[in-house]
Amino acid sequence: MSSWIDVGALDAIQPRGARVLKTAFGCVAVFRTGEDEVYALENSCPHKGGPLSEGIVHGSKVTCPLHNWVFDMATGQAQGADDGRVATYPVRVEAGRILMDAAFLQNRSAA
Amino acid sequence: MVKKLVVIGAGMASGRALETLFKETSEDWDVTLFNAEPRGNYDRIMLSPVLAGDKTYQDIVIHDDAWYAEHGVTCRFGEKVAEINRETKQVMAENGDVLDYDKLLIGTGSNPFMIPLPGHDLEGVIAYRDLEDTERMMSMQPGQKVVVIGGGLLGLEAAAGMAARGVEVTVVHIMGHLMERQLDEAAGYLLRKALVDKGITVMCSANSKEILGENGKVKALLLDDGTELPCDLLCMAVGIRPNVALAKEAGLAVGRGIHVDDQMVTSDPDILAVGECVEHDGQVFGLVAPLYDQAKIVAKTLQGEEAAFVQKSLSTKLKVTGCDLFSAGDFADGEGREDIVFRDPARGVYKRLVIEENKVVGAVFYGDTSDSSWFFGLIKDGTDIAEMRETLIFGPNFQGGEPLDPTAAVAALPPDAEICGCNGVCKSEIVEAIEAGAGDLGAVRATTKASASCGTCTGLVEQLLAFTLGDAFDGSKEAAICGCSDLTHMDVRRLIKSQELKSQQAVWQELGWKTKDGCHVCRPAVNYYLLADWPVEYEDDPQSRFINERKHANIQKDGTYSVVPRMWGGMTTPDELRAIADAADKYSVPTVHVTGGQRIDLLGVKGEDLPAIWADLNKAGMVSGHAYAKGLRTVKTCVGKDHCRFGTQDSTGLGIQLEKKLWGSWTPHKVKLAVSGCPRNCAEATCKDIGVVCVDSGYQIGVAGAAGMDVKETERLADVATEEEAMEMIQAFMQLYRENAKYLDRPYKWVAKVGLDWVKEQVVDDLETRKALVERFALSQSVYQKDPWAQHVEEKAESYQPIANLTLEAAE
Repeated sequence: MSSWIDVGALDAIQPRGARVLKTAFGCVAVFRTGEDEVYALENSCPHKGGPLSEGIVHGSKVTCPLHNWVFDMATGQAQGADDGRVATYPVRVEAGRILMDAAFLQNRSAA
Repeated sequence: MVKKLVVIGAGMASGRALETLFKETSEDWDVTLFNAEPRGNYDRIMLSPVLAGDKTYQDIVIHDDAWYAEHGVTCRFGEKVAEINRETKQVMAENGDVLDYDKLLIGTGSNPFMIPLPGHDLEGVIAYRDLEDTERMMSMQPGQKVVVIGGGLLGLEAAAGMAARGVEVTVVHIMGHLMERQLDEAAGYLLRKALVDKGITVMCSANSKEILGENGKVKALLLDDGTELPCDLLCMAVGIRPNVALAKEAGLAVGRGIHVDDQMVTSDPDILAVGECVEHDGQVFGLVAPLYDQAKIVAKTLQGEEAAFVQKSLSTKLKVTGCDLFSAGDFADGEGREDIVFRDPARGVYKRLVIEENKVVGAVFYGDTSDSSWFFGLIKDGTDIAEMRETLIFGPNFQGGEPLDPTAAVAALPPDAEICGCNGVCKSEIVEAIEAGAGDLGAVRATTKASASCGTCTGLVEQLLAFTLGDAFDGSKEAAICGCSDLTHMDVRRLIKSQELKSQQAVWQELGWKTKDGCHVCRPAVNYYLLADWPVEYEDDPQSRFINERKHANIQKDGTYSVVPRMWGGMTTPDELRAIADAADKYSVPTVHVTGGQRIDLLGVKGEDLPAIWADLNKAGMVSGHAYAKGLRTVKTCVGKDHCRFGTQDSTGLGIQLEKKLWGSWTPHKVKLAVSGCPRNCAEATCKDIGVVCVDSGYQIGVAGAAGMDVKETERLADVATEEEAMEMIQAFMQLYRENAKYLDRPYKWVAKVGLDWVKEQVVDDLETRKALVERFALSQSVYQKDPWAQHVEEKAESYQPIANLTLEAAE
């Protein structure tokens, strides 16, 4: 059973931007694309731990600000020559609010 | 007409000859292939990995049944030829079959040489030549004992292979050091040490006297000093001899091997020979490369085409049990010969070059053979090394002077040479990517990341492209902006102006972008071009900026930020310093650093604290130093004539005026200035993007200096008499750079492209153009000269905080 929790308004995030969500298990980057799609990813790049929430968002991809690793936000998979993956979390938007699956967030090891 | 070809011996040389022949035609010849071994052609060189268990026999088969069937070869494997009758042009098989031939090819290979020691015919005494020998050695169990006689390549491979299986191996070698024909004493010693480390017992200068047996089976090897080495198997690997018996009986000319001419024809015009059994021009052969060369000649000769076998000088590059070895040329000591030796015992590296009359005549490497092909080239070509003697031993990467052809230098690099230090990309990865289709710089960057970070290796990558692609590489073509578009940066700049594109959407649509909203490469560039060309119409888009410019602070490797308040012209006050100290205390700034641009850097500030620390610094009258920006950074000054006894003008005052005028402007790349009060140049103005040196008669304005990845002195733009003129000319230069340069080109790169003369025409000679440039700069500054810190504190502070903090809720 999943319980969705409200983590904030969609408008709190710039289009093609991100905000950080603090959890007991570490930071999650919540992204909003230019087309108002929302994604939630582990905030730490598997390369050198760069904060993905500070990266440039293009299409449904984000580029790590430290060394330009590019991740597909839908899968968490690194693109191109780089090999790595970040965890992704279920997230959806309802009535302008961003909802995340609490059970999933608490079970980060399962993600 | 179909001719009959009989081939005796299905080894690697005759196999390659058939392969080459069939490539041209397979219908002209009816081929019968005899082989004493009960199998076809396999890669004998790979028996060692089979022995070590890394490969199986199946892995090393070169020609399988299907291949022979496909080419219509009649295989008589496991059968020897008993006799050749040259009169009747027939061969007789062991079973009495008689076959006619039009042409006969002898590829009987070589026989292992068995030392005729007493007991050499005991059961359990083997050579190391074929699959049967290999299988015999593979049957040894851990704990069993094997003696290998012979410390050459073959013997050591056998020893290492068995040792890897847990067998107790002793190598007995008659000479003073291992592999004495390929290695000198020092390298032989290192090799011995490596083998001993693998648990192999090595006995050099050891003479075998007798093989002892029991019940007809080998029991031990007795040395002439009385030492007895017990063993369950004894492998003799002391050398090979060309197998000439059949040829000799047939009355062909035979020396050490079967005599052949340049066409690989024996003394009988219808009989050819190939491989280890032949002797050409006094030489016999053991390495595979010349044998394959011979095989090609055989095929040509059979087809009636002209071809001649030419012996090439040889080098040996070997891997014995994981140790890299290389030797080439002649490395014996001698009159007039000198050595250059490099030793690094800790890394297990030994290199020795033998020099005679300023030429390398021999080389022995142990442990690191990466540059061996370059050294081999020096030997082969007889290159005069006098000029590079001092650094010769370090290899091609350390040779001074300008190489004549830059691609030659990059061609000489070993495959594992690191090209891109930022991303750890080596030459072979880049070459593979190019061969897989990455045909330009952008594609190489996308697939390997080489030169995608700091870019200093861009030249090397381009040379690799030129070297790998040859004429197919067009180096003059400017690369596309990124994968999102085929247009170059300059195309995009031009089109934004000419088509009056004033938004990102307009650029994506009108210029046919392949992605929806660009990528991290093109979007910051396009954002810059738009705001530089349309300062009023276009609104800067922070989401298209790299994080540093979006958050007005420099991100550090741990995700914290650095904060640098502006200090105009490098001047500060006790109040400012106090405010900085207070802020450092209040926000627990771990590191306070004085920068090269005459200001103070607070490092390690948490992203969430940025608005608060900025607010405090704003309160003390300070603004952002833009230490993170592709924009105006600092104006460094000396104290000038106010204090300095040499000062000619008020350099500090001019520096402050310049900084007040230029700050806040965005530029294609960062811009640093300096003003020195006299030619002693304490502010180091002659390596800045723009640098002023004050002299008694006025101001020398230099531009296009660099002191980063490249170091370059400024070029003189003009000498002016007044501060006003200097101010105006510098603003005009800034605006010209802003309007025309490619994103991420520093001024020195841009000036190199457009030429200083053109720049002078615009900002020095043509007063109207200068004035217009200054006006456009002023217009842009009216929009952008605002302290972003104050603005963010007021409007955006919230966005620096997490959207939510679930850890707190959990605690509640």
